[in-house]
Amino acid sequence: MSELSPYLVLLVVGFLPNEIWRVLGVWIGGGLAEDSELIVWVRAVAVAVLAAVIAKLTFAPPGALAVAPLAVRLVALGGGFLTFLIVRRSVFAGLVVGELLLLLGGLIFPA
Amino acid sequence: MEPVARTDHSGSWSLRMFIAGLVASFRSVFALVLIGTYVGVGALAHDYGFSLAWVMLSTVLVWAGPAQVIMISALGTGAPLFEVALAVFLSAVRFLPMVVALLPLLRSPRTRVRDLLLPAHFTAASMWVESFRLLPPLPQHARIPFCNGLGIGFMLSGHIGSVIGFYLAASLPALLTAVLLFLTPISFLLSTAQNSITLVNRLALAFGLVVSPLLVYFQVGLDLMWTGLIAGSAAYAVHRLRGARR
Repeated sequence: MSELSPYLVLLVVGFLPNEIWRVLGVWIGGGLAEDSELIVWVRAVAVAVLAAVIAKLTFAPPGALAVAPLAVRLVALGGGFLTFLIVRRSVFAGLVVGELLLLLGGLIFPA
Repeated sequence: MEPVARTDHSGSWSLRMFIAGLVASFRSVFALVLIGTYVGVGALAHDYGFSLAWVMLSTVLVWAGPAQVIMISALGTGAPLFEVALAVFLSAVRFLPMVVALLPLLRSPRTRVRDLLLPAHFTAASMWVESFRLLPPLPQHARIPFCNGLGIGFMLSGHIGSVIGFYLAASLPALLTAVLLFLTPISFLLSTAQNSITLVNRLALAFGLVVSPLLVYFQVGLDLMWTGLIAGSAAYAVHRLRGARR
């Protein structure tokens, strides 16, 4: 990760760009309505960035996750999400079913 | 009007409130959620070759699961530092409205700004949700130390998860490590879906899941940023059009 020390990188690309929003929040205080149009757009962009992270971890996963083939990862993600929708929007139920699907799929279809 | 702050034993009284917050964090359901999330973070960091010390310091300094996952996976795949910083920056926007909403609970006319910086740093989904549940019954001057205790306690749960995930990823068979690593995308998907109550946020999630693989497939650079801007703005546009029609 470049010539910079990993701890300097952590400060510059992790701490600062993240913390600035919290400090701004204290600074702005009550001056900004939570439902202002700017905040609505900014939140939508933030959710889409998270979606991109989820998609990238699924389509182009880190080393060991690639042990399960793409089709298995997609089925596990989709199955977990469907379970979440069916079982009263329970994150826990979706997570358990998604993980079980990945485990079973990985056992049956090794990459 | 609330009573004048106690001058006697106010230090030890703050400490008691801090410890009460700490204890409350371990009783919260979020203690388990955080352990689970950070097991994923620890496993991911191990897989990309980061040290455990670096991961734990990133938890202390960043204290945002999504930002840490973005940072670890993007740095691990050699993304340009500028793009990593930008993606973290975009992912952390939610803290601005969260802190703004939390402040009225913490602030009294006598509160100094610097006393608000630590609770602001601890602000994350876990602490934010629990603050709205636990702070209102407390007297105004108990809330900041209680909040700090809550934040430190949640952070400790995160550390426990990171250590477990880091060492399990090092020792488990490949498929079980895959199960650990899969915790991150699936828990992010489900918790984002759960937190996305408005149409605009649900659309942003759905559009982002479609746009991102396309950009990656066509090898568009800075894909995290472009996914955010394209999918987020498209969702916002739909929200505005619907509003205009009503």
